[in-house]
Amino acid sequence: MKPVNQKAWFLVAPVLLLVAFTAIIPLMTVVNYSVQYVATNAQFHWVGDLWYREVLHSEKFWNALWRNLVFSCIILAIQIPLGVLIALNMPRKGWGVPVCLVLMALPLLIPWYVVGMIWQMFGRVDIGLFGVMLRDFGYNYENDPIDAWFTLVLMDVWHWTSLVAMLAYAGLVSIPDAYYQAARIDGASKWSVFRFIQLPKMGRVLTIAILLRFMDSFMIFTEPFAVIAGGDPVFLSTELKQTVELGQKAAMSIIYFLIILLTSWVFYTVMTRDDGAPRPQGGVS
Amino acid sequence: MTFAWMGWTLPTALFFAFIALALLTLGVLTKLAPNNEPRVGILRVATQRGDRFFLSLLGSAFIHLAWIGLMPEDLPLWIATLASVVYAALVFRFA
Repeated sequence: MKPVNQKAWFLVAPVLLLVAFTAIIPLMTVVNYSVQYVATNAQFHWVGDLWYREVLHSEKFWNALWRNLVFSCIILAIQIPLGVLIALNMPRKGWGVPVCLVLMALPLLIPWYVVGMIWQMFGRVDIGLFGVMLRDFGYNYENDPIDAWFTLVLMDVWHWTSLVAMLAYAGLVSIPDAYYQAARIDGASKWSVFRFIQLPKMGRVLTIAILLRFMDSFMIFTEPFAVIAGGDPVFLSTELKQTVELGQKAAMSIIYFLIILLTSWVFYTVMTRDDGAPRPQGGVS
Repeated sequence: MTFAWMGWTLPTALFFAFIALALLTLGVLTKLAPNNEPRVGILRVATQRGDRFFLSLLGSAFIHLAWIGLMPEDLPLWIATLASVVYAALVFRFA
């Protein structure tokens, strides 16, 4: 029988309070708002499922949702393999390690909005290096949604691939040398080493990388806001900003929240699956 | 401090009271019925009582959204609620 110390509750209490304040009470408020019409003088009127009906029957919402999903899939399909490839080619020891790490950390330190501004300038067809170079191919992110889309993907890849690379690198350097020695004895090819040693050992960090990159790209707001000022392509967040009614915003937020909750559950399940580790016990889990 | 700014309504209050009560019940059940070993069901993942409750709630939310999104407006929403109860029962039995 393990000793039970109820005093631990006192240590958890501040966190509970904090979570209540920052998450639970606001979430409850949003749920309340989503079923009401909120007038300007903070008068509430019950409207039932009206806002949900409006959101779920709005073509703009579905287009934005698909755009978000496609965007996340594209950047995951680029960033994860690219990040792994970079990590595989990074030096393991010597002066190259700090140089690589610092260089790769640089884009991660730049705020979203600044990245947006940089690319807004960089991509301009009159004064931006990137824009001027591509101008002859008909590139103009300001009036062509495809070009705007291309710029956003490029921007995100530039901003966040190094996060994936650094996570993958952390996974790689934690592999003991014995695995490589065994592979050498067996005469394993480079591909076999990657497929049967490096990839499985990186699995856990790559799952975290995919989760982080999915979440971050799914909530994309600042970059399209900075670059194309809410024009095409419209994402969920920019669509939310254009929505006027508080109740409708609330309904959109709840739908968004449910999608994120489902995604998180899937990732949690994948991450805790098949590893035989004991799951967190107690409470309601 | 008042909570008027939260815009409470009876249905949402009942909804949250239900969730709070359910969480409390789950907490009490860990004492009363400790045989809560993870079980692998048709979802092919190990679930405990709390997981099944979470899946029931999340699934119910999507059932309601699907009902609102796909069904004509004159069909009442409580049919979706009934469907959710059936779904929850299935999750608790087979998941």
